[in-house]
Amino acid sequence: MSSETKQILTTDGIPLEVSLKKAEKKNKIKAFLLVAPLLFFLVITYIFPIGEMFTRSVDDRMVTNMLPKTFKAMEKWDNLNELPPEEVYRGFYEDYKLLAENQQHGKLGQRLNKEKNGFNTITKKLFRQIKRKKIDENASLKEQINKLHKRWRNVEYWQAIKRTAPPYTASKYLKGMDMYFAADGSIAQVEEDRRIHRILWLRTLEIAFFVTLFCFLMGYPIAHLLATLPMKYSNLLMICVLLPFWTSLLVRTASWMILLQQQGLVNDFFVMIGLVADDNRPEMMYNKVGTYVAMTQILLPFMVLPLYSVMKTISPSLMRAGKSLGGTPFVAFWKVYFPLTIPGIGAGCLLVFILAIGYYITPALVGGASGTLISNQIAFHMKTTLDWSFASAMGLMLLTGVLVIYWIYNKLVGVDNIKLG
Amino acid sequence: MALPSYTETRYRIWHYIYIAICTFVFFFLIAPLFVIFPLSFNAEEFLVFSEGMKNLDPDAFSLRWYKDMIYGTKNPWGLAAKNSFIIAIFATIGSIILGTLAALGLSSRHMPYKGLIMATLISPMIVPLIISGVAIFFFMAKAGLAATHTGIVLAHIILGTPFVVITVTATLSGFDHSVTRAAASLGSNPVNTFMKITLPLILPGVISGGLFAFVTSFDEVVVVLFLAGLENTTIPIQMWTGLREQLSPTILAVATCLILLSTLILVSAELLRRRSERLRGINR
Repeated sequence: MSSETKQILTTDGIPLEVSLKKAEKKNKIKAFLLVAPLLFFLVITYIFPIGEMFTRSVDDRMVTNMLPKTFKAMEKWDNLNELPPEEVYRGFYEDYKLLAENQQHGKLGQRLNKEKNGFNTITKKLFRQIKRKKIDENASLKEQINKLHKRWRNVEYWQAIKRTAPPYTASKYLKGMDMYFAADGSIAQVEEDRRIHRILWLRTLEIAFFVTLFCFLMGYPIAHLLATLPMKYSNLLMICVLLPFWTSLLVRTASWMILLQQQGLVNDFFVMIGLVADDNRPEMMYNKVGTYVAMTQILLPFMVLPLYSVMKTISPSLMRAGKSLGGTPFVAFWKVYFPLTIPGIGAGCLLVFILAIGYYITPALVGGASGTLISNQIAFHMKTTLDWSFASAMGLMLLTGVLVIYWIYNKLVGVDNIKLG
Repeated sequence: MALPSYTETRYRIWHYIYIAICTFVFFFLIAPLFVIFPLSFNAEEFLVFSEGMKNLDPDAFSLRWYKDMIYGTKNPWGLAAKNSFIIAIFATIGSIILGTLAALGLSSRHMPYKGLIMATLISPMIVPLIISGVAIFFFMAKAGLAATHTGIVLAHIILGTPFVVITVTATLSGFDHSVTRAAASLGSNPVNTFMKITLPLILPGVISGGLFAFVTSFDEVVVVLFLAGLENTTIPIQMWTGLREQLSPTILAVATCLILLSTLILVSAELLRRRSERLRGINR
């Protein structure tokens, strides 16, 4: 019977289902067209460049492009524990000669020297021989080059060249974790006293964690107070949270620099109450203390606002019910009120943690040497050492961490639930 | 917060501890801002309260740092302020246009891949600024826009749009779509409907998002440090340089002006929020 059911037609004579689908599609396209300008703008100016950071961080094509013949010949080099065959020497000689003609040989020497110490010396030696035309191209190049320096007879140097063959490398990422590719291609650890990056990662996590904890401990009581006070009082107190929130980050950092300096008000206060001696004022800036204090104050509003918006929705009668059913105020709070605020705690903590982990300005100004974070290291490599590929690699490692938290945040809270002000 | 008379002593004590903690936290939040005011009127060039200031001696106070800020020889603040305002205004306009359009699309229930697109549009707010700075710098350098106003404005549009998207989407969540349908049924075209019906209703959200975008641009230093040349110096860059090299009272005079500006913005944002809630029928 169902096959005989008459299809519902619109006034134009088209089946309703088709017509509805068409309208649906049209609406979809309309909605997408509204989003499209921003989406394309962001993809071109922002998302692609982040992708470019990735290619930059793994790009190692320099040597690959400089020694094409060598690497071609190396494909026939079977026993890697013996010196390569004559073809490899010839390929390397021809590549190097071409580089020398174009004044590019220095770059190659430096790059290979990074791979294996002592390379620069022996490539320079080869360069001088080529310049003086001392090398007979018709005789065996293997014998002539081997005679130049004993290192050319050491197979490890040839292995080092071979290691640079792939156009991509993960070495920058390893460097970011204080590791490197050893001579035999395995991954090795940097000596213990030179593991600077690991210290920085751990410190970044530690500071982000404790700043989040402090923000929670300080933010929870005041969010509770703001949510339970009558509107006319809480509005006034809310200004204490919102004014710092709207004030320039640099202004707030500047005020902490004034407060925390050795002759500053905080130290004055400590001297006044007799906590420290006047001639023995503690250094509170340019170390971790300064970073903790300033970052906690700066990020506190980001904890209070989500907590407040959740607490505002909790009816006060729930606490009264808890108490009337025989719970002490503490029990009623712990069993009734606190569990209801967990979404707000999650939102606030994740937000503060995400912001803290990538902080740059405040640690750079009040952190000193022991209070700087991974972001400062990235900026250092971007601006001072100009090792952009390493900065990109570190940035992407940080970004991965942040995106994982962002993903959790999105699952738990939903990005469209972020409350501002 | 008065306690009922039957409260036991230990809860009474606990309650006072709680009030004390809250007082301390509020003080911790707001007090640092007020240190700047008096010190910016310091007659001396040290950044500590002089004996004269502690005794409220009128001679210990002066406007010399404000004069220095405005008239000082070869001082950068005039150019920096001009640049900051130009960049922030254009960045705000750009953010408002792109962000509002996107929010309108995202609020439509027909929008495909809503979650993914929303997450992408908000990402500049979440990604650490230093990474945004590096990425945007790579793009602007390639596009030949490094050290130009255009480049900085575009960068600030990237950073500012998430705020507009969020606030406008929030305003639209309580939006009654039957009013636009009513307008359409009365023969209004979509553009007209938007200008006459939708926009006035979501305007508070748009403006408050715009305020966020303005403040973001006006206060932004990390990305600008990568992009700006000498000609594009902004107030945050000058403050950053000043704070790194030497803290001069002139910076405090500038900081005082910035605090006044942020107070102004806070008040407008609050008024807008209330108006928006009233318009959307949320009564509290």
